[in-house]
Amino acid sequence: MFNMILKIGVILALAPVGMMYLTWAERKVIARIQDRVGPNRVGLYGLLQPLADGIKMLTKEDLVPEGADRLCHFLAPILIVVPALFLFTVLPFGPGLVAAPLTTGILFFVAIGSTQTLAIFMAGWGSRNKFSLLGAVRNAAQLIAYEVPLVLSLAVVPMVVGSLNLTEIVEAQRAGIFLFTPWGLTGFLLILITGLAEVNRTPFDLPEAESEIVAGFHTEYSGMKFALFYMAEFLSTLAISALGATLFMGGWLGPEIIPGWLWVALKTFLLVFVMIWIRGTWPRFRIDQLMGLAWKVLLPLSLANLAGTAAWVLIPGWQGTLLSLGLSLGTFLVTTQLWLAPRPHLPRQWVKSLDEEVNIWESK
Amino acid sequence: MNYNLNYLFLGLFFLAALVVPLLPIVLARFVAPKKPGRVKNSPYECGTEGEGDAWVQFRIQYYLFAILFVVFDVEALFLFPWAVVFKEMGLQGLAAMGVFLGVLAVGLVYAWQAGALEWE
Repeated sequence: MFNMILKIGVILALAPVGMMYLTWAERKVIARIQDRVGPNRVGLYGLLQPLADGIKMLTKEDLVPEGADRLCHFLAPILIVVPALFLFTVLPFGPGLVAAPLTTGILFFVAIGSTQTLAIFMAGWGSRNKFSLLGAVRNAAQLIAYEVPLVLSLAVVPMVVGSLNLTEIVEAQRAGIFLFTPWGLTGFLLILITGLAEVNRTPFDLPEAESEIVAGFHTEYSGMKFALFYMAEFLSTLAISALGATLFMGGWLGPEIIPGWLWVALKTFLLVFVMIWIRGTWPRFRIDQLMGLAWKVLLPLSLANLAGTAAWVLIPGWQGTLLSLGLSLGTFLVTTQLWLAPRPHLPRQWVKSLDEEVNIWESK
Repeated sequence: MNYNLNYLFLGLFFLAALVVPLLPIVLARFVAPKKPGRVKNSPYECGTEGEGDAWVQFRIQYYLFAILFVVFDVEALFLFPWAVVFKEMGLQGLAAMGVFLGVLAVGLVYAWQAGALEWE
C-alpha cells in the first residue's frame, strides 16, 4: 500500500516538473534556431522562467464566455490532463521501475492517449466559439486519421517480442535494439511522425493554427485552464517520446556508466529535441495534405511494414530478408495503386478561388 | 493477484491525478481577479461583434474518413492479440491475418478509387 502511494507521489510530482522544464527547453531551443537568446532574466539561464510563468497564469482572470456550456468548459482541461498523467504509469524507467507493469502495456497507452480527443472536443464545443469548434473538429479528424497508422506500426513490436508488456519489450532488445533492424527503423519513423500528429505539434498543429483559427480549441480559455491544456500537450509529448525510446531504442539499456533511468531520460530527450527541431524548421501542413499523408502514405507504409515484419520473423536468414522486402514492397504498391496513378488534386473550391484571383489580376 | 493490484493502483492513481488539475484551478479561484463584463465575456471573434451562433449545423467533410477509421480501428482490436501469439501460430496465423488484412486493403483501394480520400 505504502509502495503504491510512493509510486503515485513520484509520478504526480515529477511529471509536472518535467513538463515545466520542457517548456523552458523548448523556448531555449526554438530561440537558438531563430537566432535569439530565449528566456534569460528569471534565474540563472532563465531556469526559473517556468515558475514565473506559473505564477502569472495563476493570477490571470478565468474567463468563461457567455452562453458556453459551463460544465463542458470546466471539465475539458481536467479530462485532458488526467489521461496525460496516466500515460506515465505503464512506461518503464528501469528494471522493475514501472508503476503498473500491465500485460497490455502498449494497448493501454494507445487507449488512454486517444481519450484526449474527447476532452479537446468538449473544450471546442463547450466554448460556443466558432474558432474553438473548428479547431475541435479538425482535431478529431486528425487524430482518427493518424491513430490508424500509429496502431498498425506499434503492432510490429509485439509480433517480434510476443508480448505487449513494455518491460519485456525492453528486455527483448538486449541482443540488439530494434532501431537497427529494417522493420524497426520504418516503425520508429512512422511512430515519430504519427506521434507528432497525435500530440498536435508542428507541422501537424492545425487544430490550434494561430494564423487560421486564432488558437483553435483553447481560444476561450485563460489563466490556469489555458495552462492545463499546455501541460497536457507537453506531458503527451514527453510520454510519446518515452514510448518511442522504450519500444525501439532499448529503454534503460545502455553502457552502465550511468544508471538506467538516466538512459531513458537521455533517449527521451533526444526524441523531444528532434520534435522541437522539427517545430523550429518546418511550416504547417494544409488540411488536404494532412489527411492525404495519413491515408495515402502512412497507412500503406504501415501495412507494408506489418507484412514485411511477418516474413522477417517467420523465416530466418537471407531468404527471410528477401521475402520481407518483396512482401512489403508488394503491399505498398498494391495499396497505393501506383500503377493506376490516381493524381492528387487541389480541392475544387480552392482551385476556383485561385482562378478568380488570376482573373482579378488579368483584368487589372 | 498482481494483476488485480495493478488495476487497483490505476484506480487510486485516477483519484490522485484529479488533484493535479483541480488544485491550480481552485487556487486560481482565490488568487485571480474577477471582473466580468458584457463585452469581455462575449465569445472571441477577432474584436468585431459576434455574428450568429457557433452551435449550428454545418457540413463536415470528415464523415467518410470517420467510417474508414472505424473499420481500421476495429481491425486493431484483432491485430494486437494476434501479434502477441504470432510466432507460435507460424504460417497458418500469417495466412489468416493476411486474408483479413487483404480484405481491408481492398476496401482501402476501393475507397481511394471512389474518391473518398480526396478533400473537397
